[in-house]
Formats: sequence, structure tokens, C-alpha cells
Amino acid sequence: MSARGRLWLFLVAAAAFAMVFVTACFSLPPFGSGHHPYGERAVRAALSHHTANVIASVNFDLRALDTLGEETILFAAVLGTVVLLRQTADEQRRRPAPAVVRPRVRWFALAMLPLAMLVGLYVIAHGQISPGGGFQGGVVTATALHLLYLAADYRALERVRPVPLYEIGDAAGEAAYVVTGLGALLAGSAFLANVLPLGTFATLSSGGTVILLNAAVGIEVTSGIVVLLARFLDQAVEIENADDGNDHGNDGKERV
Amino acid sequence: MTDALIVVALLLVAGAATAAVLNRDPVRQALVLSFLGLALALLFTFLQAPDVALSQLAVGSAVTPLMILLTVRKVRRRPGDSTDKGHER
Repeated sequence: MSARGRLWLFLVAAAAFAMVFVTACFSLPPFGSGHHPYGERAVRAALSHHTANVIASVNFDLRALDTLGEETILFAAVLGTVVLLRQTADEQRRRPAPAVVRPRVRWFALAMLPLAMLVGLYVIAHGQISPGGGFQGGVVTATALHLLYLAADYRALERVRPVPLYEIGDAAGEAAYVVTGLGALLAGSAFLANVLPLGTFATLSSGGTVILLNAAVGIEVTSGIVVLLARFLDQAVEIENADDGNDHGNDGKERV
Repeated sequence: MTDALIVVALLLVAGAATAAVLNRDPVRQALVLSFLGLALALLFTFLQAPDVALSQLAVGSAVTPLMILLTVRKVRRRPGDSTDKGHER
């Protein structure tokens, strides 16, 4: 198709979309109003399943299948990154020399590391009763670990962060979600239905399968982000083209 | 009061987003993106969506800029650059 043809096709499609979109916008409930038909039903459903955080109830109970899709997207994205950023035959690993870190940066990062880690784990664990959950807490926990890179250097980070273990965690989190869904089938209900005892409202043990699915997402996201950043860091810090390193005394033994 | 806060947050978002587009240096863009993530997190908090705000804060203002910075470092790295944090420190 010619450039002019493409432009016309785009303009016609954009005009049609704009018309439908603007018409739809006029039928929306007014901005910031207290009344919302879906919101009221979601709150009622969440309360009937003893889940204080309505968002967690929507994500892991009412729309648990959607969340499985989103979790799988992240899983596939991390997998794609691992494949794309792997060490190829014409690349080699060179151990980076230890870096000098200013004392103030070091102390700040070392003080923030346990704090950020604790906040992340707290947000994961309390997903069913307060804002946050497996995804948010998982990202915080994973990034908290990387404060060690700021405080010391890449080798220190590598020592406390065995990537194969996190790769397993990534897959295990994804699998745990599907297995929990299949468990509901075995219990005689629908895939991903909330079949567990619902517990006392607004306690850590409330929400039934929401707890399990939230934890599965927490494990998957924490591990997935760690693996993702590990691949980026490997490429940025360690891996280089073989012909770049030849004149620096590296005989290429580490080449794969 | 809430309306005023929402307007301020919206203006911050518009300003930060425009600055991110106008900046041509990826390193600066990463920093501006980080600020944009913060502004969006504020906006979502004022709109009473703390869950989304938390996601935005973690992904938009930490992980995405970090990935951009690491990519820039990989692209700009010269052979023989042996310290693991480059020449910045």
C-alpha cells in the first residue's frame, strides 16, 4: 500500500474511532462522583468474600483469570529478555574491578536496604487487607535488593543474589497460580474460584484463595524483576564483545 | 481541596511528560521519567487509587529509569572500562 493510501486509511479509521470514543465518553458517569455501578457491585462482592482490599478481591477473585493473563505477560517478557540478553558466542564475561563508593552513599544504601525490603514484604503479605499486594510489593522487594549494588559493587550483589534460584522462583510463582486455579476445579468448582475458608474479615488470614494467588504473584514478580535486572546488569557491567577485551590481558577462557 | 491537589498533580504530570519528550539525552530522559512517575503516583493517590499509585511508584520511577540507564551504559561502554560503575565516581 502506498504512503498516501496508508494515510487515508489511518484518517478514516481515526475519524471513526474518535466519533465512537467521544460518544462513549458522554455516557460515562461524571468525574469524581460517589455513585459508580461497577464499583458498588465490586465492593459488595469483596465484602461477601471477607476481602477488605476490594482491589485485591477484583484482581485475585472476581477477575482472577485476567490476573493470570497479566502474570503470564510478565513471565513471557522476562523470558524474552533472558533469551535476548544472553551471552552469545562472540561475547565474553570480564569480572569488573571493585568500585570506590562514597561513604555517605554506602551508609544511606545500607540503611535503606533492610527498610525497603521490609516494606516490600509487608506490602505483599498485607495484599488482601491494605493497598498493594503481590505486584507492588514484589517490585519494591526486588529493587530493594539492588541497593546493595549502590552500597558496594556488582560482585557483592552477585554473591547474595543467586540468579538460578530466582529463575526457579519466577517459574514456581507462575505455576503456583495455575495450580491454585486447578485446585478449585478438583474441589468441584470453577477454575480459579474462591473455594477456601474465607476467614475473619480484615485479618491476615481473610480472603480464601486471594492469599494464595497474591503470594504466588508476589513470588513471581519479585523473582521476575530480579532476573530481568540481572540480565540488564550483566550486559551493562560484565559482558563485552570478545574483540574489545583482547588487548587487556584476557585470553578468552571464559568464552562460552 | 482535593480538586486543587488533582489540578496541581495534573499540571506536574503534563510538565514532566512534556520535558521528557523535549529532552533528547536518554540519561536526562530517564531522570525526567522518574520524576514523571512520581507525579503520576501523586495524581493516583489524590484520585484515591493507592494500589495504582504504588505500582506507578515502583515501576515508573524506579525500574523503568534504571533499565534505561543500564541500557545507555551498555551502549556507551568503551573497551577497557574496567570498574563496574564506569567513570562517574
